[in-house]
Amino acid sequence: MLAFVLIAIVKVLVVFTAMLLIVAYMTLMERKVLGHMQVRFGPNRTGPFGLLQPIADGIKLFFKEDIIVPHANRLIYILAPSVMVITALVSFAVIPFGDSVTILGHKVDMVVADVNVGLLYLMAISSLGVYGLVMGGWASNNKYSLLGAIRSSAQMISYELSLGLSIIGVLMITGSLSTVKIVGAQSQVWFVVYQPLGFLIFLISAVAECSRTPFDLTECENELVAGYQTEYSSMKFALYYLAEYAHILVISSLAVTLFFGGWQGPFLPPLVWFLIKVFIFIFFFIWIRATFPRFRYDQLMKFGWKVLFPLSLLNIMITGIVMSVIG
Amino acid sequence: MAKTDTMIINMGPQHPSTHGVLRVILELDGEVVVKATPDIGFLHRGLEKLAESKTYHQCITLTDRLDYVAGMTNNLAYVLAVEKLIGIEAPPRAQAIRVLLSELQRIASHLFWLGTHAHDIGAMTPLFYALRERDEILFMFEMVCGSRLTPSYFRVGGLAQDLPEEFEAKCREFIRTFPSHVDEYETLLTRNKIWMRRTQGVGAISGEEAINWGLSGPILRASNVNWDLRKAMPYCGYESYDFIVPTGKNGDVYDRYLVRLVEMRQSNEIIRQVLDRMPGGKVLVDDPRVVYPPKAKVQESIEAMIHHFHIASEGFPVPRGEVYASIESPKGELGFYLLSDGSNKPFRFRVRPPSFINLSALSTMVEGRLIADVVAIIGSIDIVLAEVDR
Amino acid sequence: MFETFLFVLLAVVTTIAAILVIVQRNPVASAIYLIITLFCLAGIYLLLSAPFIAVIQVLVYAGAIMVLFLFVIMLLNLEKEKKLIYRNRLQKVLGVFLGGVLLAQIGMIFSSVLLEGSKGKFPAEKVAALGNTEVVARLLFTDFLLPFEIVSVLLLVAIVGAIVLAKKQI
Repeated sequence: MLAFVLIAIVKVLVVFTAMLLIVAYMTLMERKVLGHMQVRFGPNRTGPFGLLQPIADGIKLFFKEDIIVPHANRLIYILAPSVMVITALVSFAVIPFGDSVTILGHKVDMVVADVNVGLLYLMAISSLGVYGLVMGGWASNNKYSLLGAIRSSAQMISYELSLGLSIIGVLMITGSLSTVKIVGAQSQVWFVVYQPLGFLIFLISAVAECSRTPFDLTECENELVAGYQTEYSSMKFALYYLAEYAHILVISSLAVTLFFGGWQGPFLPPLVWFLIKVFIFIFFFIWIRATFPRFRYDQLMKFGWKVLFPLSLLNIMITGIVMSVIG
Repeated sequence: MAKTDTMIINMGPQHPSTHGVLRVILELDGEVVVKATPDIGFLHRGLEKLAESKTYHQCITLTDRLDYVAGMTNNLAYVLAVEKLIGIEAPPRAQAIRVLLSELQRIASHLFWLGTHAHDIGAMTPLFYALRERDEILFMFEMVCGSRLTPSYFRVGGLAQDLPEEFEAKCREFIRTFPSHVDEYETLLTRNKIWMRRTQGVGAISGEEAINWGLSGPILRASNVNWDLRKAMPYCGYESYDFIVPTGKNGDVYDRYLVRLVEMRQSNEIIRQVLDRMPGGKVLVDDPRVVYPPKAKVQESIEAMIHHFHIASEGFPVPRGEVYASIESPKGELGFYLLSDGSNKPFRFRVRPPSFINLSALSTMVEGRLIADVVAIIGSIDIVLAEVDR
Repeated sequence: MFETFLFVLLAVVTTIAAILVIVQRNPVASAIYLIITLFCLAGIYLLLSAPFIAVIQVLVYAGAIMVLFLFVIMLLNLEKEKKLIYRNRLQKVLGVFLGGVLLAQIGMIFSSVLLEGSKGKFPAEKVAALGNTEVVARLLFTDFLLPFEIVSVLLLVAIVGAIVLAKKQI
């Protein structure tokens, strides 16, 4: 019992520390990659190759004046960013990042929690992330924030649907909601081969779910100034960004877990494979940000409901038919 | 069925995509704009009044500050008006160089528009690409007159000085590579489905309506009205250059985008033609009324020195009369109306700013559309608030 | 021991949050307390080894329905209702009376049925062995297929109704 608790605590600490570290350096990676895609350099003054930039950013944001706008609903205003961060970080718990290893006679799974409703848990937690946006946007008492919040909640609800449905094909093949079992089922063939349409829908919905270009309507700076986070400053602002990048990390890991065989791969250790695959996805996220313009709100909703939603239903149907034919 | 309230939102004057200090008071029903009221004047500096206390020569520097992304063309419109009033014409070489620099300025202005407009619609990267080429042009301007944004290079009767020697090589290099750069922007945007969806059918205005609003420039031509002052009322010898005036069909944001892109390519062609047949000779008219005597003469004859002092301190008197001269600036018809009482300062100095008049059609274009379209439409009009407010 | 502690904690928080839902004057705060209540309920389901129900509770109630609630509250801007004070004495008396009746009913049901209820077909051990989701799915699509379909039709009717109400012209 004690060993179990200890292992759990150590896993939680290690995973979340690593996650925060990766998130910090994702910001640097994004700025660097974007920079090179846009004929500029990105940060390169703080430390060698700008490697200390995330730390400098963190320190700067920490010492910024923390402004709470007048007439804001203080409690909700303060609560909102933490809701965002917590939901983003906690959802990583069910992502397996390696094979189980034996340490001092204890079998340790390389996943914080292997629950048999793993995927549903992930969906549930990520659906809670909307509260962070809605509460923040509403409590700021700013019309731009409110518009951003309304947009975000509508967007999140719509795209969560197709995100959830796109996964069902994978679940049908595996017959389990456990992420560990899903990874295990891909030891021969990655599910992206069986589920190309599902993967495509997942990818698009994932980008929308993370509110990234071309779906970054919730904070689109050109229309809504900064959307729901217009009035936020200092560490609360940083928390929103932390949550955003953590969300990208989680979604990328999820894509790897569901469609690209998780941590499995030849020669290299599982963790390395996992990270390589995840970072390819993160790169992809940055790449589309550099390439695409932004959708309009109504187009986004139409796309979600009239294209992605029927397609994901179709995908489920095709999967079902093929499975019953092959047996 | 349910009764809904509208929400008033103040877009600007501090807003990332109103291109300066434009304030639009939007009445929104959900995200749909019910009513849009532009509120201008945050950048009013009284340039037109200020000009009345400056000599004709000094006014050139004021015109730079109108449309600050296209300083050269502002200078050109103004000096053309003064020249028309006096009744002189710049020598052929000066005319050719004016065309050359105006077309470079047109490219620079369109590039800046392209970058910011694309960024408004959410495409981040074209901005950096466009500014890279714009910077090349600004370097050339710096080479020519020592200034990047506010050249004040054109003079009444010609130019401040001749082009530097190394200019031609640099300019040729630029026009050689520039078309491929336009292709780059086009790969990012023109056939991009999202871009097309965001711009096609948005802010459409018919040709007739556009004329009634007094629109000019690319925004008018996008509405399928073939009206370009360079063709319709040529100045500076535009009639001798071979170029086409692109027109759009629907007059929407997408057509404005296409028109401007073709214009950039055409400007590039004009520049090539100018460089190929650049006439020699002087760059200032030989008219002692408005032009400084040559420096060598000033140093040896007292009359020339007094003459120099006279023009430098008091400027030159301009015959009594009124004049309107206009050019096709990157944004549309830029005109100067001058009323002279025979003294050395304009009695009345009035600008016809294309941005201001094009902006007036904003309300009709955005009403009934979404808030995201407002940003796209403001961007497509290509306004510079310094020119709107003056 | 640990589970009992968790149960007591969750139960206390649930009850307090539930009371706060009806006591709060600010509707947004009310909604947020309701979310907390639902969340803690999910925790209790988890303790009952019903992770599927727990997750669905969070996903559907906290994640979807309450977001829409919050959405509506924010859009309506219920400033006036905040200041509403009930002056009608009869209402108060009736409210207390009906509340008492409800409480008595709940008490009766609790004491008579729940505490002495027998174990059903699917005790926790069996569910854990078969897999939580699988059991729910199997039951849903065999024994309870008709109610399931009826609920689907009901939801469809609700969607159509919502569209009819919201659309200005069809």
